[in-house]
Amino acid sequence: MSATLEVRELSVCYGKVEALHRASLRVPEGSIVTVIGPNGAGKTTMLGALMGLLPYTGHAEYAGADLADASVEARVARGLCLVPERRELFGELTVEDNLLLGAFQRHTRGDRTVGADTEAVYQRFPRLQERRRQLAGTLSGGERQMLALGRALMAKPRLLLLDEPSLGLAPRFVREIFHIIADLHQTGVSILLVEQNARAALQVADHGYVIETGEIVLEGTARELAANPRVVESYLGGGASA
Amino acid sequence: MTPEIVAWLAQDGITNGAIYALLALALLLVFTVTRVIFVPQGEFIAYAALSLALMESGRVPGTIYILLAGGALAAAMEVASAVRQHALARLPRILALYVVLPAAVAGAVWWAVPRNLAQWAQVLLVLAMVVPLGPIMYRVAYQPLASASVLVLFIVSMAVHYVMMGLSLVFFGGEGLRSRPFSDGQFQLGVLNVSAQSLWVVAASLVLIAALWFLFERSIYGKALRATAVNRVGARLVGIPANLMGQLSFLLAAFIGAVSGILISPITTLYYDTGFIIGLKGFVGAILGGMVSYPLAALGALTVGLLESFASFWASAYKESIVFTLIIPVLVWLSLRSRHVEEEEQE
Repeated sequence: MSATLEVRELSVCYGKVEALHRASLRVPEGSIVTVIGPNGAGKTTMLGALMGLLPYTGHAEYAGADLADASVEARVARGLCLVPERRELFGELTVEDNLLLGAFQRHTRGDRTVGADTEAVYQRFPRLQERRRQLAGTLSGGERQMLALGRALMAKPRLLLLDEPSLGLAPRFVREIFHIIADLHQTGVSILLVEQNARAALQVADHGYVIETGEIVLEGTARELAANPRVVESYLGGGASA
Repeated sequence: MTPEIVAWLAQDGITNGAIYALLALALLLVFTVTRVIFVPQGEFIAYAALSLALMESGRVPGTIYILLAGGALAAAMEVASAVRQHALARLPRILALYVVLPAAVAGAVWWAVPRNLAQWAQVLLVLAMVVPLGPIMYRVAYQPLASASVLVLFIVSMAVHYVMMGLSLVFFGGEGLRSRPFSDGQFQLGVLNVSAQSLWVVAASLVLIAALWFLFERSIYGKALRATAVNRVGARLVGIPANLMGQLSFLLAAFIGAVSGILISPITTLYYDTGFIIGLKGFVGAILGGMVSYPLAALGALTVGLLESFASFWASAYKESIVFTLIIPVLVWLSLRSRHVEEEEQE
């Protein structure tokens, strides 16, 4: 199977502190790959580097082409989209305008099918349709996550980078979000999912990596990882639930 | 003070206030999108007004040399970055935008000056000369430092302001100029004798403000500008190009500055450095509005216009001091308030 994303020996430094050390991973076309690990392990850093927000050393190849020189805009244009942990919505704009701007590059390229995609997002998230005229800043945590996901979908991504989509959400919303992630997968989008909620992540993923203090320490199919005693003890025992 | 004088001062204040309001909106737009305090705003006023006056007197304004040189500089920087990124496909577009377009405008001005065209045609040529200086200025001076702090960007602004003012003195000279009014009429409005030019100013300001509102509310580029202003990271993540937004905000600001200059040049004699003080009053207006809200900035600027007009009646020697003193209590109030906001954000 060809890889949508191929990362080899990726390192990221904040000044002298190395937040990510020689991480290698692969997202095969059309699959869900999850990276699990504790807070501060370097998961968000890795996604930031892949999206072009942070400088890195090492090699990252997306859809067969090197990412090194690509700006954030160029990555979005090629179908690489990040839904960040902080959501980064446009709080003073309406829900509808947030979605519209998700398709900014398609608009400027003259794509006329954006309206239909807005409707598709509303079908997937009926709650957003109810709130379409509301300012994004007035939404609840779960709705904000839905809007962030919906906004990313408006760019017609080929690979979605999801950073802690379940963070801070009520259990009901967590189930809904993971349901949607599994559902997105059916439409052929590849997903790199970064999560602390290892149980839920391993349930939807095909393949997984465990990252601790900036290094990838384990990898395997989601089923293997879910059965690995070390993973069970650190990430699945007790605390995490979904 | 008789009611006639009050009405007369109010008319004067509203005319000036309308110009300050336009400038305040432009400053606010540039600041929220790029975090640049746009000190050189005033130069666009002076450049446009003086260029128009020179064209009317049958001389070729030096603005075209500034445009050609600025365009060449921007083109050189763009070509260098295209070569570095191995993106040679961008070259034709760069040359068209920064070399061919300025050359075409310069050629048109050369051709037009001896022919003494109608005033509206000269106004269009002035806009074509002055407005592109905005994006060129952004490309040359600000884009390489786009992620620097507000303070660094402010220092750049001061430098750009001095350079532009120096060029203004070189190309326009030290004498004051005035252009012909758009129409000579006078209207009797109650006790008031209103000049047609003041009506032009107020009407044009209202039309421009409405057009800006329409841009921000209805067009995707306007929404992208607002999105960049409210969340810079979010805007990058949806693929809104920060440099394009910077150039767009400078283009709008330059357009507003140039239009303001054209509107006031028949009313006021402008010198090479007059623009700065006018721009500064727009800035005071924007600060009175807290540097966040467009309607408040427009209201603040109108207040500045009225205050200035009444101050010039009661204490004309202190008219500028009174206007600029207004900033102090507002800044004190804002700084008390903004510390509170920062605390909220840290939670």
